[in-house]
Amino acid sequence: MVKTIELIGRIFLDVIREIGGVATLLVETCYFAFVAPFRGEFPDRKNFGKQLVEEGIKSIPIVALLSFTVGLILAMQTAYNLRKLGAESYMPPLVAIATVRELGPLIASIIISGRVGAAIAAELGTMVVAEEIDALRCMALHPTRFLIVPKVGALLIMLPCLAMLADAASIFGAYAFGASALQMSAAKFRQFAFEYMVARDLWSGLLKAAVFSLLISGIACYKGITVTGGAEGVGRATTQTVVHSIFAIILVDGIFTAIFYFIFP
Amino acid sequence: MNAPVPNEPPPEDIILRAHGLVKEFDGRRVLDGVSFDVKRGEVLVIMGGSGCGKSTTLRILIGLEKLNGGRAWLFGKEISQASEKEFNALRRRFGVLFQSGALFNSMTVGENVALPLQQHSDLDENIIQIMVRMKLEMVGLTGFEHLKPSEISGGMKKRVGLARAIALDPELVFYDEPSAGLDPVVSAVIDELILDLKNKMGITSVVVTHHMDSAFKIADKMVYLYQGRVLAYGTPDEIRNSDDPIVQQFIRGEPDGPIPLKTSRDVYLQTLAGFADERIDKT
Repeated sequence: MVKTIELIGRIFLDVIREIGGVATLLVETCYFAFVAPFRGEFPDRKNFGKQLVEEGIKSIPIVALLSFTVGLILAMQTAYNLRKLGAESYMPPLVAIATVRELGPLIASIIISGRVGAAIAAELGTMVVAEEIDALRCMALHPTRFLIVPKVGALLIMLPCLAMLADAASIFGAYAFGASALQMSAAKFRQFAFEYMVARDLWSGLLKAAVFSLLISGIACYKGITVTGGAEGVGRATTQTVVHSIFAIILVDGIFTAIFYFIFP
Repeated sequence: MNAPVPNEPPPEDIILRAHGLVKEFDGRRVLDGVSFDVKRGEVLVIMGGSGCGKSTTLRILIGLEKLNGGRAWLFGKEISQASEKEFNALRRRFGVLFQSGALFNSMTVGENVALPLQQHSDLDENIIQIMVRMKLEMVGLTGFEHLKPSEISGGMKKRVGLARAIALDPELVFYDEPSAGLDPVVSAVIDELILDLKNKMGITSVVVTHHMDSAFKIADKMVYLYQGRVLAYGTPDEIRNSDDPIVQQFIRGEPDGPIPLKTSRDVYLQTLAGFADERIDKT
């Protein structure tokens, strides 16, 4: 009994410590991104460009492919239910709105936490183990300014873009099903899919993607930079990054969706 | 033998002074009153067995660990009083060669050496490239600029690390185990480089090592650490003639002596007998 309470307490403390660590890191990142440049300390621009490509451009194929598939699946499941009501023609707006508000950003974020989050944690963790972070500090280069700001900034720009791409690919997937199985014309699908959509559906989804990007890069950078214990520690940090960031994404997504549903309907 | 180091800011010619350094990890004291002076242009070797606190001493002096007690002055500035910004100003005046070289694996050899110059000087990119060549020439590695660290050997990595450490023409260079994991020839080359930097450019060095041959070859002063304390401090001759049995055992590399590595036969038999009794009682 005492052991159980002890264990719960320890897990609770670990969670608090991690949230605190990630938050501190993100605040520090904001400082080096927005305040330090006015004091003559600029983030590394070359590295930023490289991160845009690594985190964003190279994720395009997988995000597009998986979102297309999810759109296809969603269209089939929706049509299956609507057929009972004889309302299969309502499939496009249902899928389009669910995708734009929810699934596009969520799918993109989950793929990115596996693809980019894990890569960030492994890269930073290896740098800690190989004394590269120590070497940076000793050259009077703050690791946050030099390594973390480009990563966090690039993902903040790229994840909403990828979410938009996921939206488009997913809706295209739904169209592919609609056109082949339900004999919908492109014009009819387009008109019907976007008839009920409002601008807020789109930007609430993109806002969520931006917040998810901070969760992913914040957790990944924190886990990477706090690695201890050699190669094993790097492996642990990488796994934890993926698990924790997917957990955080879904939790925060729930909170956001509730806010948009109840407070700003 | 243990020359007292006064607890006051050092005069101009002493580039680094440590006075009574104390460091604890989770309540375990790894440094317990370490003191020494490093004069400008001198090579100080910090030696000792594994876990004696020599690496911790180095990490404190380069600002990677915080002190729990004692005072240290680097270029006349007390390091525990220095803000991050002030310490960064000090960091531009010293270089560090890490044990593995600590090169950035995502950059080429040339980019590694160029990085401190690009970040901390307003030099033109062409001038930087010339300086990179000069620094690589000093460590005997011209023509390797375009290779990645993963494509060169351990000894070469360490030499590139040294080229990067001296990129900004520092007054002081710290070396963490410069000859660890290197063959005797490369190790001797690194020793030569340390002496070259001292003789030709007047660079002061602080070297952490447990290689006795190279320690006696390069040192002007030596500190012998044992269990977080300074056991001996002086010139190589003074250390060699030290009457401390622990120091003698260490510099001769003898397996038996006052340094407790193996438990004695009697103690071992006693604990074994006690362990056996316990087992038998339980059954």
